Amino acid sequence: MNFNILIAGVGGQGTLLASKIFGNYAQLIGKDCKVSEVHGMAQRGGSVVTYVRIADKVYSPLFDKKQADVVLAFEELEALRSAGYVKDGGIIVINKQNIYPMPCALGLAEYPSDIYEQLAEYKATVRKIDAISIATKLNNIRTVNIAMLGFCAAVLGLKKEVFVDAIKRSVGEATLEVNLKAFEGGFTIFSS
Amino acid sequence: MKTLMLGDHAVAQGAYEAGVKVAAAYPGTPSTEITECMATFKEVNAEWSVNEKVSMEVGIGAAMAGKRALVAMKHVGLNVAADPLFTFSYTGLNAGLVVAVADDPGMHSSQNEQDSRYYAQSAHVPMLEPADSQEARDFTMLAYELSEKYDTPVFLRLTTRIAHSRSFVEIGERKEVELPYKQDIQKYVMVPANAKKRHPIVEEREKKLSNDINGNVFEGKINKIEYGSNKIGIVCSGAVYQYVKEALPDFSIFKLGMVYPIAVENIREFASKCEKLIVVEELEPFIENTLKANGIKCSGKDLTGLQGELSVQKIRETILGQKPLPELTQNLPGRPPVMCAGCTHRGVFYIINKLKLNVVGDIGCYSLGCSPPLNAMHSLICMGASISNAHGMFQAKGKEFSKTNIAVIGDSTFIHSGITGLIDAVYNKSNITVIIMDNRTTGMTGHQNHPGTGLTIKGEPTHTLDLSEISRACGVQNVSVIDPYNLAEIENAIKESLKADSVSVIIAKRPCVLLDKSIQRKAITISDCKKCGLCLKIGCPALSKCKDNSVEVDATLCTGCMVCAGTCKSGAIK
Repeated sequence: MNFNILIAGVGGQGTLLASKIFGNYAQLIGKDCKVSEVHGMAQRGGSVVTYVRIADKVYSPLFDKKQADVVLAFEELEALRSAGYVKDGGIIVINKQNIYPMPCALGLAEYPSDIYEQLAEYKATVRKIDAISIATKLNNIRTVNIAMLGFCAAVLGLKKEVFVDAIKRSVGEATLEVNLKAFEGGFTIFSS
Repeated sequence: MKTLMLGDHAVAQGAYEAGVKVAAAYPGTPSTEITECMATFKEVNAEWSVNEKVSMEVGIGAAMAGKRALVAMKHVGLNVAADPLFTFSYTGLNAGLVVAVADDPGMHSSQNEQDSRYYAQSAHVPMLEPADSQEARDFTMLAYELSEKYDTPVFLRLTTRIAHSRSFVEIGERKEVELPYKQDIQKYVMVPANAKKRHPIVEEREKKLSNDINGNVFEGKINKIEYGSNKIGIVCSGAVYQYVKEALPDFSIFKLGMVYPIAVENIREFASKCEKLIVVEELEPFIENTLKANGIKCSGKDLTGLQGELSVQKIRETILGQKPLPELTQNLPGRPPVMCAGCTHRGVFYIINKLKLNVVGDIGCYSLGCSPPLNAMHSLICMGASISNAHGMFQAKGKEFSKTNIAVIGDSTFIHSGITGLIDAVYNKSNITVIIMDNRTTGMTGHQNHPGTGLTIKGEPTHTLDLSEISRACGVQNVSVIDPYNLAEIENAIKESLKADSVSVIIAKRPCVLLDKSIQRKAITISDCKKCGLCLKIGCPALSKCKDNSVEVDATLCTGCMVCAGTCKSGAIK
């Protein structure tokens, strides 16, 4: 299975860890993988995108618009901003969260109220997940990213056991248990 | 075993395996992670140097002494480090020195788009350019061999998409390298008489390397030719090679692993087998101009242009004439980077605006003070420029102007190259006011230690540089230390400093909110909001305007710094 994943979010939401886990997943299934990240300036609460490519052989670490099998969006406005990356027939997975960017917070621009209507114009399936409630139930808001990943793995029909191995390789021992629970939470929400 | 590795980490891995003992750098995106990774190896003496020039000199010292050394920096850091490098190119070395330099096409985190390859040419220092993490590791190791074989420092050039991309790397074991220190006055003392003897050696060395790279000395380990259709031949290097492979899979490709000196004769032969030659490169027409100067017909920048990054799609559009893909959704509210909730810089900018001052800025998180709604920065040039720029304004416009002007610089940036400007200002009888935004860390690059934090790169305790003491030692008589959460204190200090007849330094000191474990995070509450919107002028991401114009707080973001409370005239924020 070859795929491109665009992870879109707001700096500080934990998108980097999610991409690292995808990388380890690729290795476990014997595929080539490249991940392109954004560090520095863009991380200070700005829009952040990470590209993940998994295939037999990956050249460019980046891909272009209309080439993502999945856009994994950690925030609704960022989902819309990056929706042009999804390919026809692809999937947009969205965490149901609104983070107001500065122009909206100041009342200079309006946070769009018709995000899902606009997303419907893309030839893609839109899947929503309330990852915050999963993370809140686990008493660890920082597991939102892993809950998202669980949901995404289920949506894509990826092998759960392999993903669990990939998580074990990617996170520290102290947070492993809660991260695995978050993954399970995201995975089962889709399955149920 | 293969490991998914960041390009920067792969450089560090290669240096580690090559037996590097000394690694020195000043943090700079996208090169920072190289030295952070070097610091994790117990065999390596890694350090954050105060600036890139110092790091280069530390690396040179190590290489002269007989241990391999790695120096890393971003492209603009190389401007700072260029002075020692140009002369070290003359002396040559004992053990190998590799200078990793990361360019930032597209300016993801930089103030310009300069092309480091010109430094290789003008300093006569060979430059390798890897195209993925595996090559980043392999070329780093190879660079040490070249460095010692040709008696020259060697550049390893990265771009953001190599430095900050992960791909699989096969790693190996470390081999120690120890060379005896040898005194050699004629080689290492670059007074004119000796330098005149070294310059021809530099020229010979470069000729030899040029012959070797055109010959078969490196057995295809550096440059690679992949023949495909003979209609078009592409010359490229680094990340661009990956884009070309995907966009133009059927074309013939000459992939340069060494971008200086360029294997011109090999490319001439390659060109003779292709109907048309196109150079595809980011930034300046460095390869293209070299080929043209050598009489090889090619096109390049006439197709791809000078601006920003290339991509698979851009190559398809410019070389194959494909139609552009549809644009991303337009007209969405932007999400620029902002100062965090609880940022210690925010209150200072609020007061600066209240006093209607002109702000001469510098590089760091506080550069974000230029964004709305604060709009409180009116120039920003390079690391350390704020103080000397403000002094230049004083020289140009005099005392009265200086009373409306303020220089703003971070603690790490002040140590990097602000101190020299401060000495200059005092010496030349200036009347500027400087605010050092002392958040006890190097913030923007991801919280690195510096001489003011009292901790080394490895987290070991060390001497803590006292910024007020050093300001006084520079001759500044008006030094005050204030809490940047206390608006009244900031206002008072700035007003007093502007009244003074000589240079003033205000140190706004408080640890970065992301690092400060001591603060009690208790979100503010807003009751009976008078809807005046004053608190929104500080640009805190935890505050937002509701439909009825009242202000609400996001309790998950708010740190309880109370800076907003200081702006509220009705006491609604508690």
